[in-house]
Amino acid sequence: MGRSYSLKDLEMWEDRISEKVHEFGLDCYPQEFEICDHVQMLSMMTYHGMPSHYPHWSFGKSFERTKTLYDYGVQGIPYEMVINSDPCIAGLMRDNSLCLQILTMAHVYGHNDFFKNNFTFHHTQADMVIARFKSHADRIRGYVEDPSIGQEAVERILDAAHALSFQCRRNQAIKRRSPEDQLRNVLREKEEGGEQLEDADFHRFPLEPEENLLIFIRDNNPRLTEWEKDILTIVHEEALYFQPQMETKIINEGWACYWHREIMNSLDLPSDIHMEFLVRHNQVVRPIPGDLNPYNIGLTLWDRIEELQLGEARNYNEDRQEIDVRKTLFEIREVDRDTSFIRRFMDRETMEKLDLFEAAPEHQDWVIKKVSDEDNWKPIRDLLVESVGLGGIPNIAIIDCDGDGARTLKLQHTFDGRELEATYAEKTLEHVYTLWGRRVMLETTLHDNNTLYSYNEEGLVVTPDVVNAIYPAF
Amino acid sequence: MGAVFRPYSPSDSLQSDRTSGDRQRYRERLREVLKENIADVVSEQSIIGRDGDNIVKVPIRGIKEYRFVYGNNSPRVAQGDGDSEAGQKVGKVQQDGKAGEGEAGNEPGEDYYETDVTLDELIEIMFEDLELPDLESKPLRAIEAEYTHKRSGTKRVGIRAHLDKKRTAKSRLKRRFVQQKIEQNAQADVDPPEEEEEEKRFPFNQRDFRYHRHKPDIRYESNAVVLCIMDTSGSMNVMKKYLARSFFFLLYQFVRLKYQQTELVFIAHDTQAKEVNEDDFFHKGESGGTMISSGYQKALDIIHDRFHPSLWNVYAFHCSDGDNFSEDVPKTIELAKKLCESCNLFGYGEIKPTGGVSWGTPMLKHFDVLEADNFTTLGITAKADVWPKFKAFLSRDRERFSESTMGFNLWN
Repeated sequence: MGRSYSLKDLEMWEDRISEKVHEFGLDCYPQEFEICDHVQMLSMMTYHGMPSHYPHWSFGKSFERTKTLYDYGVQGIPYEMVINSDPCIAGLMRDNSLCLQILTMAHVYGHNDFFKNNFTFHHTQADMVIARFKSHADRIRGYVEDPSIGQEAVERILDAAHALSFQCRRNQAIKRRSPEDQLRNVLREKEEGGEQLEDADFHRFPLEPEENLLIFIRDNNPRLTEWEKDILTIVHEEALYFQPQMETKIINEGWACYWHREIMNSLDLPSDIHMEFLVRHNQVVRPIPGDLNPYNIGLTLWDRIEELQLGEARNYNEDRQEIDVRKTLFEIREVDRDTSFIRRFMDRETMEKLDLFEAAPEHQDWVIKKVSDEDNWKPIRDLLVESVGLGGIPNIAIIDCDGDGARTLKLQHTFDGRELEATYAEKTLEHVYTLWGRRVMLETTLHDNNTLYSYNEEGLVVTPDVVNAIYPAF
Repeated sequence: MGAVFRPYSPSDSLQSDRTSGDRQRYRERLREVLKENIADVVSEQSIIGRDGDNIVKVPIRGIKEYRFVYGNNSPRVAQGDGDSEAGQKVGKVQQDGKAGEGEAGNEPGEDYYETDVTLDELIEIMFEDLELPDLESKPLRAIEAEYTHKRSGTKRVGIRAHLDKKRTAKSRLKRRFVQQKIEQNAQADVDPPEEEEEEKRFPFNQRDFRYHRHKPDIRYESNAVVLCIMDTSGSMNVMKKYLARSFFFLLYQFVRLKYQQTELVFIAHDTQAKEVNEDDFFHKGESGGTMISSGYQKALDIIHDRFHPSLWNVYAFHCSDGDNFSEDVPKTIELAKKLCESCNLFGYGEIKPTGGVSWGTPMLKHFDVLEADNFTTLGITAKADVWPKFKAFLSRDRERFSESTMGFNLWN
């Protein structure tokens, strides 16, 4: 793409973009752009965009992987790398064309607005993110360099903590009851039900299932040293920071696409840039058969919302957005996340347009079971709702931490029709054991059988009925 | 309107970027994995008999990051290309063993890496956890292995490149100190020192210069010879020969790694022995009966002629399927004894793939009578045996070595 450009050009275009951003009423954090080359971009991606991040070999692995894919041309580098922080920081790759830079800047402003206003991000304290990650990095480096701790020991805890990092509460906004309140709650329920109180009801801790695995282990394993506890805290805090981004992948990308299109179309771009923009835009938001493209689904949904408001689809190149539509859209971007966004706005027409289907494995192939027709669109939508956001992470909670009076930790997987991957579950249980130090158990359902995994220093034990189901006796 | 642009700075890119530490650590972890699987790698045909700078592709399983994840046997929602119908096939189910797609850590699936390593690197990894048996010093070895120069003190004349800056600066300081003392004494007699007087320049003088003195540094290393003796009789079929070769290959690589100069001698024998070159040894087939003693005699002759044990570390290893003529056994034992006397280490490997038919008298039993602490026998039955047996072979030598040093200490 022939045009060469300088930093001055970028600043000029940024000026015009941010003018539009204000005009459209987007509400953003101050924005910072970092010009980088592709290796820097890859490293930024490796550390989720954080300017400083604690070291761990898994980042080396992730870097090698993306770099290999990039070097062999299997995968390009995404145009955008933007982090939820105040000021909002984004990377611009210097080898990109001017058009791509303008497009990226416009797109980044969309994310910026979303980060600042969507409710799922409220707890992330965007103004302190950079400092917090820096402090995490400093602390972990300190432990690695401490001769009495060292890299191996730190890695052992980090490896285990990473395995459990996203096993946390689904909704950070809901306040959790304290143990005393939980006790009172049980008492009240029993009383209201007129039931007799039994000793066994209280021989359990926690009384209510606890989903924050790392934090629970940190607070209830007396054998952990201070630095080990600190590492668990760090990993948990990072997971909480990234959780909202997982929860809003579709709505957030859709929002950014919606606004980059709006901004780009109102900028009076020179025709060559405009042509390139159309090509790039269509590449980004095209459906990927056999997969789900969040850009495609998100943008389609936002368009649908607007279409329902206006009564007809508008020509995005020509017509500008109307103010009253904007208000509704702004409201939705504040209060929805992927699950609610899809549940509220995915209708049959949109499902058909996106050609969403339900597929199930049959021998070696994925085979379509249902398509979005009159009878099936709702179940498919519900399945989609279940699998987006944090739906891809199995729901596992601690139901007891003193089983058999021997500090056995009991975990329970809430079975929703999807089975755990058995090998991964076994290996992850080993990680739980590393952190807990006593026997750990996991209840789940495999092959329609209640299954109980138990792991301690002697190794893994699985309840016999599931073993029989997997390896039937002749 | 306010956005801050941070211009490009190449400082932390190019060669080293911020991921380099983590990548280094990841590679260390991969190396550990490779080490664990080394037995499989070694028994792969492809590496046997190759040169050191050859690149071998080694498949290693990536290090997984386990989490609680859903298996891929539950239904999922996806997009079609516009006209999907029930019953249509849309892609393959991910199998273990293929690289997993999707978000990192979210999808199970085996990551297989094919790493390119040069054979030398691989061998280095293999031997990292093994110590060299015994570099028994041979009193008369005195073979110049390396000739370099070593710094030793200073001198006052020399070429500029050898200038010892630190010493030169020191001697200037010394000279200045003396000079000042003298001046002070002189001034104290005349009048009080004037403060405004600027400090005088005090340049280097020819007398300050110091140069490194160099002295030749000759290092002596002991040299080693590996005698590979292989039975190439008719009963040694392809599989047996392959196992034998794998073993020799390891032995050779190992010795080569530890000694500056390693000579190799290949002796192939059936009823008669002859010295052959590497290629013939590894690739040519022979046939005929078996007279192990012929191979030993040849080895002894060669040692006697070219590699006197006082100058050379001699490692000899013999591979056979053990089907020796029974008349030959006493002679074999006798010669084996002699070999033990002139070798650092002498080993006999009996190759008996399981399921194979054997007749005659397995030598393994006969060798029981041979009592020399540098003699080892081992039996190899399968590919997977090669590496563990090899390790056992070397560790035995190590034990012997540590015993002898301990004895030495006590004796002192």
